[in-house]
Amino acid sequence: MSKLSRFQALDAEAHPPYASPRYVSSVFRSPHEAPIPIRQTLSELTGPSFGPSLVRPEDVDLTTNAGTGSPAIGERIIVSGRVLEEDGRPLPNTLLEIWQCNAAGRYNHASDVHDAPLDPNFLGAGRVLTDADGCYRFTTIRPGAYPWRNHYNAWRPAHIHFSLFGPAYASRLVTQMYFPGDPLLELDGIFMSVTNAEARQRLVARFDHATSRPHYALGYRWDIVLRGREETPLEGP
Amino acid sequence: MSAAPRRTRPNYDVYLRQTPGQTLGPFFHQGLLRTKAVFQVPGLCRDDADVFHHQLAKPDTFGERIAIEGVVSDGLGQPIPDALLEIWQANAYGRYHHPLDTSGREIDPAFDGYGRAATDARGAYSFVSVKPGPVGGPGGSVQAPHINLVLGARGMTRHAFTRIYFEGDAQHERDAVLALVPEARRATLLARPSGQRDGATLYRFDIRVQGEQETVFFAI
Repeated sequence: MSKLSRFQALDAEAHPPYASPRYVSSVFRSPHEAPIPIRQTLSELTGPSFGPSLVRPEDVDLTTNAGTGSPAIGERIIVSGRVLEEDGRPLPNTLLEIWQCNAAGRYNHASDVHDAPLDPNFLGAGRVLTDADGCYRFTTIRPGAYPWRNHYNAWRPAHIHFSLFGPAYASRLVTQMYFPGDPLLELDGIFMSVTNAEARQRLVARFDHATSRPHYALGYRWDIVLRGREETPLEGP
Repeated sequence: MSAAPRRTRPNYDVYLRQTPGQTLGPFFHQGLLRTKAVFQVPGLCRDDADVFHHQLAKPDTFGERIAIEGVVSDGLGQPIPDALLEIWQANAYGRYHHPLDTSGREIDPAFDGYGRAATDARGAYSFVSVKPGPVGGPGGSVQAPHINLVLGARGMTRHAFTRIYFEGDAQHERDAVLALVPEARRATLLARPSGQRDGATLYRFDIRVQGEQETVFFAI
């Protein structure tokens, strides 16, 4: 890992445009000017690294990490997958930060005023590090759908938020994972901010019988793909 | 199928496609900032131990103390109270805390160079850090001291990258990244000194996501 290889450009089909009229909040929060392309330098090719000290054993089980001694209410699920670069190379020791609402569709957050019950046994936040093969796995409850004010009778499909840096500043990704077969997906201004239909499907986990644990939890698989490298390494920084 | 222009397909044996980004939404604090203010659970809030903090400078960190503060606002000039800012910078010697930085400049064990802050109800944020030294740029050039900044918010479909430079630095003339920015827009990348506080030089850096004096963002 001593070679400086630049990252491939962001895939313009995969990532949503800043201005996305169906996501109404983006109208005044999207830059009008196109971002100025720059060649990646040491500043973009390096980045923060987050070690095992940041993840405690309880962080990977959101059904119990409130520490109350009672489990969270809801359908228990296991979410697992791999974090990879575009060329299929796995990314080990990558921190994923996750947050979500509870089974009733309510976030443990002062700004969430949805009239659904809070679950005192559910915080809705966790952390997990990928292993040597780029694999991650955490246990949680299936989040509920909830209403929001994007348009009349708008509901967010069930989703889990993911944040990761990957190997460098340039590979930063914040995204959301959705569940298969959800009829709310096509009505959702945020999911639909990704304009390419095939790319949108990459945000949807698949049910995975092998990840499911008998008499315990259903399993879902969701792989995350970050920008790959250019083939030619740079000459020095 | 979309007719959008595409980059060249990489020549990989295996070619997976990038996972799309999605907005942070308004409720990221519980997942990304485990401070006492937003996360009232003693076991999981790590005000002191966590790296996810707006305070980058420790008591024994080397370098000139700086505090950067500003307001993030939208295209209507309204503050954005649910934005997340993350910074990544070299230490005061000009070295990144990262194995790929082989510049030979000094490592500061008391400085990681990464920080994270959310805006408050007034759209305001602040970081306390040290002024970064100059780092290497393309072709053996030197980049002027700068802080790399990622901005995300509810209403931003994905994050945006910008840089904070320090007003009045003579090295700006030779900075390869600033050279790509039209002169009329460069001021949006400059933090302005605005006094002293607690032994730190105070800098002002506002971010306008859209409209007049829109902050320059970079495609990296």
